Amino acid sequence: MKYAYYPGCSLTESAREFDVSTRLVMERLGVELVEIPDWTCCGASAAEPVSKLMHYALPARNLAIVEQEMADQGVTDVLAPCSACYLNLLKVDREVVGDRSLHGRVNEVLAASGLHYRGGVRVRHLLDVLKNDVGARIVEQKITDGLQGMRIAPYYGCQILRPYPVFDEPGRPVSMEPFIQAMGGEVHQWDMANRCCGASLMMGHAEVAIRSVADILSDAAGADAIVTVCPLCQMNLEAYQAKARRAGGQGVPVLYLTQLMGLAMGLSDKDMQLSANLTMTPAVRRGIAARAWAEPAPEDGEETGLNA
Amino acid sequence: MNQAVRETWSPALEADRMVLKELREAVGACMQCGTCTASCPNRHAMDITPRAMWRMIQFGMLDEILASRTFWMCSACYMCTLRCPRGLKLTSAMAALKRLAGIEGGRSARKNQAFYAAFMDDVEAHGRVQETSMMQRYFLKARDPMLPLSYVPLGVRMLGKGKVRMPGRGRGGVLRPLFAKAREMEGLS
Ligand code: SF4
Ligand code: SF4
Repeated sequence: MKYAYYPGCSLTESAREFDVSTRLVMERLGVELVEIPDWTCCGASAAEPVSKLMHYALPARNLAIVEQEMADQGVTDVLAPCSACYLNLLKVDREVVGDRSLHGRVNEVLAASGLHYRGGVRVRHLLDVLKNDVGARIVEQKITDGLQGMRIAPYYGCQILRPYPVFDEPGRPVSMEPFIQAMGGEVHQWDMANRCCGASLMMGHAEVAIRSVADILSDAAGADAIVTVCPLCQMNLEAYQAKARRAGGQGVPVLYLTQLMGLAMGLSDKDMQLSANLTMTPAVRRGIAARAWAEPAPEDGEETGLNA
Repeated sequence: MNQAVRETWSPALEADRMVLKELREAVGACMQCGTCTASCPNRHAMDITPRAMWRMIQFGMLDEILASRTFWMCSACYMCTLRCPRGLKLTSAMAALKRLAGIEGGRSARKNQAFYAAFMDDVEAHGRVQETSMMQRYFLKARDPMLPLSYVPLGVRMLGKGKVRMPGRGRGGVLRPLFAKAREMEGLS
């Protein structure tokens, strides 16, 4: 299993722990990630409101590089861990390739830097690859530090299944559940798993986004942690918890799925860069350890640590 | 400004008309069922419902559309697009409305467009977005002296977590030719 890896800007900036944990965990799972040479920004959610052509040309540039420079290494699939990157890349496939006039215009833009995209690259989200190419069985075999006693709320957010539901049911997504169970954790069933986190409304209209975050956090009541697969979801759910608490939500630790997987596979806190998480205070870390990694495992967990 | 004057004098006319035409085509098949409005997590912050917005587009009520804050409240969650029984690309339509308002200009558009514009400027300059320099651009564009202050507490926490990186050259101007070409093709300056 070999993929062209598109980390995206966030993973080189404030979400480095997602990049680091993704690389380490995928390596453990026998997946080879080859970073796309000289990749550039996909435009996130900012390109479309500014320029329709750049909205398509920015992600297409990266796919063109994969097609032109990586095909001879046997790489045909791109793996993106960030939901916004994933959707922008996927949109090229769904909305540009097949529309002759738009495809021509996008290639006209790419030609300005000597590139051309034919349409031969398959776009995959990290979770898609985990579900369909790796499988929870393989993950289960690698678990050394199970999450017994921990209740995990899987948070999918918007753009990995909407508008294109490629690998899961967008109305009630479940693709993370087998992995949580493979790690020995219990799945927190909730309604907010696919609710929008407010995304870039947090810039400029924070009061609107915080209302969404508060709704999500209060529905997570009873979970020991939320796991995410998107740097923007992670940031919105983590960084505004104090404000969200005032709007009726409650505090809960938020981790990337790959961080939790790494810990359950025996990788260290340092490897998983746990200290980079805004919700990961020493007390929260002790609380998680007491639940999932206590020695011996606690009987019927009486601890109050996390939400106290 | 009345329609005739706009059509004769507005320098952004071509781009403006292109976006409006595209929008009309995009929502032309709307049957006004209201599923989009019911699906929207941000409808409480909108002054005109998404359903009513599509109707205003069909009627070409440009001035009323531009006076609305509805499309600025769209967080691109794609719930409406997923659920519309007519299969319309509504999230793209919301983005097109943002573009239209951006072309038309005006204070509200400048303020609401500030984040997107700052992001794109940073991409053009560095190839990849650098959060620190992008936020500086955003503060400048938003022209709101209180705005940077509101980010100080978060900035301090992010610093403490080692999440703040000093901006550098990034990939340099590798994307500049693409931006220039797209501007030329879209008739924007
Ligand atoms: S869901 Fe679709 S058809 Fe129904 S009102 Fe909205 S845009 Fe129109
Ligand atoms: S994409 Fe925008 S308009 Fe549609 S439901 Fe989401 S926030 Fe509302």
